[in-house]
Amino acid sequence: MLEAQGKKKGVLKLISIVFGMFAFGFMLVPLYDIVCEITGFNGKTAGAYKLSGEEALDENRLVTVQFLTNRNANMAWSFRPEVRSVKVVPGVLNEAQFFVRNETESTMVGKAIPSVTPFKAADFLHKTECFCFESQELKKGEELNMPLRFIVDRDIPRDVDRLTLSYTLYDITGSTEIASR
Amino acid sequence: MNAVVEEHHDDHHDHGPAKGITRWLYTTNHKDIGTLYLWFSFAMFFVGGICALGIRAELFQPGLQIVQPELFNQLTTMHGLIMVFGAVMPAFVGLANWLVPMMIGAPDMALPRMNNYSFWILPFAFGMLLSTFFMEGGAPNYGWTFYAPLSTEYAPPSVTFFIFAVHLMGISSIMGSINVIVTILNMRAPGMTLMQMPLFVWTWLITAYLLIAVMPVLAGVVTMMLMDIHFGTAFFNAAGGGDPVLFQHVFWFFGHPEVYIMILPAFGVVSAIIPTFARKKLFGYDSMVYATASIAFLSFIVWAHHMFTVGIPLAGELYFMYATMVIAVPTGVKVFNWVATMWQGSMTFETPMLFAIAFVILFTIGGFSGLMLSIVPADFQYHDTYFVVAHFHYVLVPGSIFSIMAAVYYWLPKWTGNMYDETLGKTHFWLSFVGINVTFFPQHFIGLAGMPRRIPDYALQFADWNMVSSCGAFLFGFSQLLFLFIIIKCIRGGQRATERVWDGARGLEWTIPSPAPYHTFSTPPKDMAEAHG
Amino acid sequence: MNNLKQLRRFFLWPTLLFCHTASADFSFWNLRKGVTEISREVYDLHMLIFYICCVIGVIVFGAMIVSMILHRKSLGAEPATFHESTKLEVAWTIIPIVILIGMAVPATSTLRDMYEPGEPDLDVEVRGYQWKWQYTYLNDDPSKEIQFMSALRTPQDEIQNRAGKGEHYLLDVDNPLVVPVNKRIRFLITSNDVIHSFWVPDFAVKKDAIPGFVHESWAIVEEPGIYRGQCAELCGKDHGFMPIVVHAMEQEDYDKWVIEKQDEAAKVFEIVGKSWSTDELIAKGEEVYARNCVACHQTNGQGIPPAFPSLVGQGIPVGPIADHIDILLYGRAGTAMQAFGQQLNAAEIAAVVTYTRNAWGNNMQDSVQPKEINVMMASQ
Repeated sequence: MLEAQGKKKGVLKLISIVFGMFAFGFMLVPLYDIVCEITGFNGKTAGAYKLSGEEALDENRLVTVQFLTNRNANMAWSFRPEVRSVKVVPGVLNEAQFFVRNETESTMVGKAIPSVTPFKAADFLHKTECFCFESQELKKGEELNMPLRFIVDRDIPRDVDRLTLSYTLYDITGSTEIASR
Repeated sequence: MNAVVEEHHDDHHDHGPAKGITRWLYTTNHKDIGTLYLWFSFAMFFVGGICALGIRAELFQPGLQIVQPELFNQLTTMHGLIMVFGAVMPAFVGLANWLVPMMIGAPDMALPRMNNYSFWILPFAFGMLLSTFFMEGGAPNYGWTFYAPLSTEYAPPSVTFFIFAVHLMGISSIMGSINVIVTILNMRAPGMTLMQMPLFVWTWLITAYLLIAVMPVLAGVVTMMLMDIHFGTAFFNAAGGGDPVLFQHVFWFFGHPEVYIMILPAFGVVSAIIPTFARKKLFGYDSMVYATASIAFLSFIVWAHHMFTVGIPLAGELYFMYATMVIAVPTGVKVFNWVATMWQGSMTFETPMLFAIAFVILFTIGGFSGLMLSIVPADFQYHDTYFVVAHFHYVLVPGSIFSIMAAVYYWLPKWTGNMYDETLGKTHFWLSFVGINVTFFPQHFIGLAGMPRRIPDYALQFADWNMVSSCGAFLFGFSQLLFLFIIIKCIRGGQRATERVWDGARGLEWTIPSPAPYHTFSTPPKDMAEAHG
Repeated sequence: MNNLKQLRRFFLWPTLLFCHTASADFSFWNLRKGVTEISREVYDLHMLIFYICCVIGVIVFGAMIVSMILHRKSLGAEPATFHESTKLEVAWTIIPIVILIGMAVPATSTLRDMYEPGEPDLDVEVRGYQWKWQYTYLNDDPSKEIQFMSALRTPQDEIQNRAGKGEHYLLDVDNPLVVPVNKRIRFLITSNDVIHSFWVPDFAVKKDAIPGFVHESWAIVEEPGIYRGQCAELCGKDHGFMPIVVHAMEQEDYDKWVIEKQDEAAKVFEIVGKSWSTDELIAKGEEVYARNCVACHQTNGQGIPPAFPSLVGQGIPVGPIADHIDILLYGRAGTAMQAFGQQLNAAEIAAVVTYTRNAWGNNMQDSVQPKEINVMMASQ
């Protein structure tokens, strides 16, 4: 009798652990967002920049921001930056233009994915307005100028004089799930 | 002291094994299941070996003579998958099944029916995996480490079957590990504390925890692959915000403990054999247990040493370098303890001892190349070259495989009741020893000279050592046919084995008749002095 | 006494074998010293660790061999009974830790040197493709950027054993990466498809090329010469067939090479490389029109009919674009309209077509790219 009860308890415990694990899996989605926000790990470049406005900008300090554009695999759009690089003062809002053109015969959807090097610079590049991760639909022959507004953080370490922001343009016409993100 | 357990005075009838093929399909007997695992792993060893000979045949000379690059990539991938998941791991599980219950004085594993399921999943999993050779697009061709996106967006259609096969193997390992842990923790004979168990049982206890911890991670990574390939997710695809390097992190979080899973039981085997043939107790039993546990713990926190070139920041590279170097300490402790066991012993050099000593020497050489690999700036020159191939083959072949062979020679008389042919055994040993070193030692050289891994053809400066290596491979490969012959010959007959078999052997399994009766320790052993050598 | 002799022989032979010093250039069985300060540091570090391992090996294996010779049952040895010693365990835990720290210090130092930031003299984007490399010499002036593919040059005949193998079998490319010596070169490494890895052993540079991501590495090459490496990450069928060849030159020679390449590149860039925006085409078209067409068709496009037709709101400029291109390229027999395809380049043709289709209220809202014209001209 007692043994049967013990077994029942055991089974109930095991089933509740299974449900608990599923629930934990679902909760991971909001949990990840919270943890990323708290720790600042968000994989890409830092987001909004709060200008403290107290210290004067060091006009003499210049950081070179270099732009690379690439198209992945057989992505046939043209994609280039207006300028290859720009020297900026950390703390000042800057803008750079990027040009895309659908060179193919059909309507397509593209998405540009950013990447920054060196690693330590990524935290100090704040893109306040960016076309990255946004789906861009272009008809045949259609072209678009995409702006990037960014600020290089004033606290960027002294030994970082140059950082490279690379965009890779992907063809996501066929991947509706990726396009919808 | 007569420590034979008197089976035939038990209450219930001992009706022995069933007859015919159903014996093997439905068995819940740990000895039968151990035998199934061992034969399965031996068969897979030959299949993986044939892949290897295909590779070495092509690499015998520069130029493409035998296979084209597409098939070559399939051979290297399948060789790795089959050896890791089909030969080494099932062999150790087979040894665990045969030996753990006997060593702790238990009648069987805790969950005998699940034990049966654990085994029978494997032929299905590997049947599916091997059948991919005949599918359109061919077998997996992305390396046994199957990095994304080569294994997701650019994979042949068979990748889905590969993923299912991996899931099945994982389920088998997880169930097997649960069985091992429950058996060891719950079914030790009264009077056997944890620190009195044979070291082989300890190493398997720890290995089972490692398996339970990391096989689900492997299942996770292949499921993420499946999602990326078929369901439009982007875990490893930058287009959707993912990262191919995520694959590597998750894979190696499994992968590094995996290689310790493949070596810890080997440590246990060697720790059983050397004391027997040195006629001296294992030196530093407690240290050996702590060292094994340390290695297992450390194995979780070093995974990125497989990824030093992916672009990890300086702090990360330094951390993983230091953590990896630290593993050398407990590993060294174990080697010193084995040597101290030998020291001032009274040694004889039967075949198991030859394999065990060769293990210590050659595994240590593999450990040295591993230490060299852990040094990040130097690793930039070694990574993805034959230097790495040499390293892991030294720790896996004269490491794991030699320990399995040692175990087979050591316990075969207990399993079959017959002594194997000692002259043939020594011949097999020397042929294998020479074969292995001729195959893998030159690979250090070509790796340092600059030859990358996973290439079917190479520049002329690598030609000489490649030819030497291929000769060694064929020598080693064909020598295993002798091993097969020796085993079959032993099963069929030979000098009758005593209970003790080896005069220096200590442990509960040496207190029961040879061959071990179908059911042993149905009642717990009374004399526990024997339990710990 | 016999045993000791045997012992001595056993010790000597492996010691000699293991401690063989490799020469710098001879890459038969050791790393190369390479041609950068970093590669030499790496080589020295490698040899240090190797020697330490040799010494430890000699001690451990030596003890084992001594034991196997002396402590045998056949010699009548009786087994000792000791089986533990806390002192020994502590000793052979602490001593290895000390040795490891000794290794970690130079390793850390070399790694920090590798991560040392510095202002590059040259930025090269290295992009891995299945199964070749693309190099782009970044320049703020896009028309001065040099970009080319670098693919294996070894012919299939050699690979398939139909012909003898050349000296640099599998390590030769059509367009090597050319760099100046003694300048800091920054490699920006990425991939077009799967993971590749850019490895030049003589520089001790190896960095994975990850699709969608860019990573950097750097080198300062100290000696002119040709340095060969290979892709170091399985990337598919021809992973073994995508070598890297770097040709390091003195600054003068490098500068000459750059000018040559830039001239080629500028021409190609203008016509084929770049994708022109409509505004750019119209702007250039206006210039081209001004130089080549106003004589007949007038600045306001109205021409001098009937000999020189009006282009405003009628005729070819507001008809199918294919006919418009055709008349520009091939002219019209029996009239004054020349075959401008023989006088203007593809960019100029494309520009003036676009301009005339959109100017003076024509507003056709279409355009044509120089590269399309280039294709048509090439097929003449």
